[in-house]
Amino acid sequence: MKILVPVKRVIDYNVKPRVKSDGSGVDLANVKMSMNPFDEISVEEAIRLKEAGKAEEIIAVSVGPQKAQETLRTALAMGADRAILVVTDEEVEPLAVAKILAKIVEEEQPQLVITGKQAIDDDSNQTGQMLAALLGWGQGTFANTVELDSDSITVKREIDGGLQTVKLNLPAVVTTDLRLNEPRYASLPNIMKAKKKPMDEKTPADYGVDIAKRLTTTNVSEPPVRQAGEKVEDVDALVAKLKAVGAI
Amino acid sequence: MKTLVLVEHDNKTMKDATLAVVTAASQLGEVHALVLGSGCAAVGEQVAKVAGVSTVHVADDAALEHQLAENAAPLIASLMESHDAFLAPATTTGKNIAPRVAALLDVMQISDILSVESEDTFTRPIYAGNAIATVTSSDAKKVITVRGTAFDKAATEGGSASIEGVTGAGESGLSTFVSEEIAKSERPELTSAKIIVSGGRALGSAEKFEEVITPLADKLGAGIGASRAAVDAGYVPNDYQVGQTGKIVAPEVYIAIGISGAIQHLAGMKDSKIIVAINKDEDAPIFQVADIGLVADLFNAVPELTEKV
Repeated sequence: MKILVPVKRVIDYNVKPRVKSDGSGVDLANVKMSMNPFDEISVEEAIRLKEAGKAEEIIAVSVGPQKAQETLRTALAMGADRAILVVTDEEVEPLAVAKILAKIVEEEQPQLVITGKQAIDDDSNQTGQMLAALLGWGQGTFANTVELDSDSITVKREIDGGLQTVKLNLPAVVTTDLRLNEPRYASLPNIMKAKKKPMDEKTPADYGVDIAKRLTTTNVSEPPVRQAGEKVEDVDALVAKLKAVGAI
Repeated sequence: MKTLVLVEHDNKTMKDATLAVVTAASQLGEVHALVLGSGCAAVGEQVAKVAGVSTVHVADDAALEHQLAENAAPLIASLMESHDAFLAPATTTGKNIAPRVAALLDVMQISDILSVESEDTFTRPIYAGNAIATVTSSDAKKVITVRGTAFDKAATEGGSASIEGVTGAGESGLSTFVSEEIAKSERPELTSAKIIVSGGRALGSAEKFEEVITPLADKLGAGIGASRAAVDAGYVPNDYQVGQTGKIVAPEVYIAIGISGAIQHLAGMKDSKIIVAINKDEDAPIFQVADIGLVADLFNAVPELTEKV
């Protein structure tokens, strides 16, 4: 079976975002960008399924600027077989991304879509669920463990109270949580090989999807800054302080 | 504006997460609540008493016992024909269902709102809470998830809403519930605990976590949390995780033990009223947000603290 893995190029996990002083957004100029960490987990899971003989082909797809091809090359270097880049310089909202992905699914006919549960830039946590809705497929969100069979996938999900296991008929959408796996690093030979793997370039218009934004961001501001308090010398001082502020 | 609030519950009891959503919804207009479940009549009665709720819709159906999104979303979407905004708590249940509803309605969801500025404008955190965006929705209907710590809880008494049955749910045939492993604990839930004792990677093992963190939490009647590193290392289960992608908490007191304070962790707890940090590394970022810091070896300091509080 084919697995489709949507990935997003986002600010690197280790970079502290800075809000622009004019309130127009977060400053991404000269900031290190990487694959969304949850999407790395998705790529890894797809590769493991392929290595286990349960999938034949992994297609990585990204909707974003031309530079998102670097992110796709990373996915290819990890082990994806080919890539589709849907190029746009506009910021594309999850609903429009889901619509584009739905069109790609129609063309490619994967049995499984695995994507990150949320992107660490807009923190929306929507795309996978929306895609499942648009396709009329089952959804296994926040996956901790997956078990793929020929006509179903069993997903153990991380929920607020613990873990929930659901069984989805294929085709289905799975979104990944942190504990699903630990993504591999691409080796140098694989990075070289990835340069030769096929990457198609498309635009949202090729899929007939209107990406006009439904949400307008009118301002982006810094959150209230918390001031550091004081350090105490020892446990006795800590206890005294906790009592003084009525904490205990 | 007529709103529809998704009630968080376990078929027996309404969860507190619902109450913040009611408050957010009441800032938009008339509040209707929706209980999806099986054998959940008692929940409907609890919700009817919540101040500010005017109508409770109860969909009591075997297909909704586990609130699978595939079964829940079409029903909610049909109810949205007569409502203007759907609001769900930003819990794993709400996050699972709401985007599916939004897509069915062709609406762009507004996730994790912190405030209601007007009928169509909201604030929400982005970049792990390192920035706050003000967004205006042009969609005719709104689909929203609500951050529980950002809104006061509506009173659980004082309301007298009418209760109406909803039918029309059914099995989608797309998914089935298999099993659930829900931690049973006498401890307060993380999202409603007044005090949280939270442990990090520095604990070193599941045994040490239990040995050091648990007695302090017991003594304080506190909930127990953890950093991602501690969860990844297997010291505690996933439902303990506090942070950008785990639970967002804002207790009266948050005691961070052996947690360095990565931005992803801070995103989940920096709205706590008082933050206490105990860490061996005096340069740990956690001290930049802590009201009270103690630079010490946690294996000595925490047992001593447990004894003296």
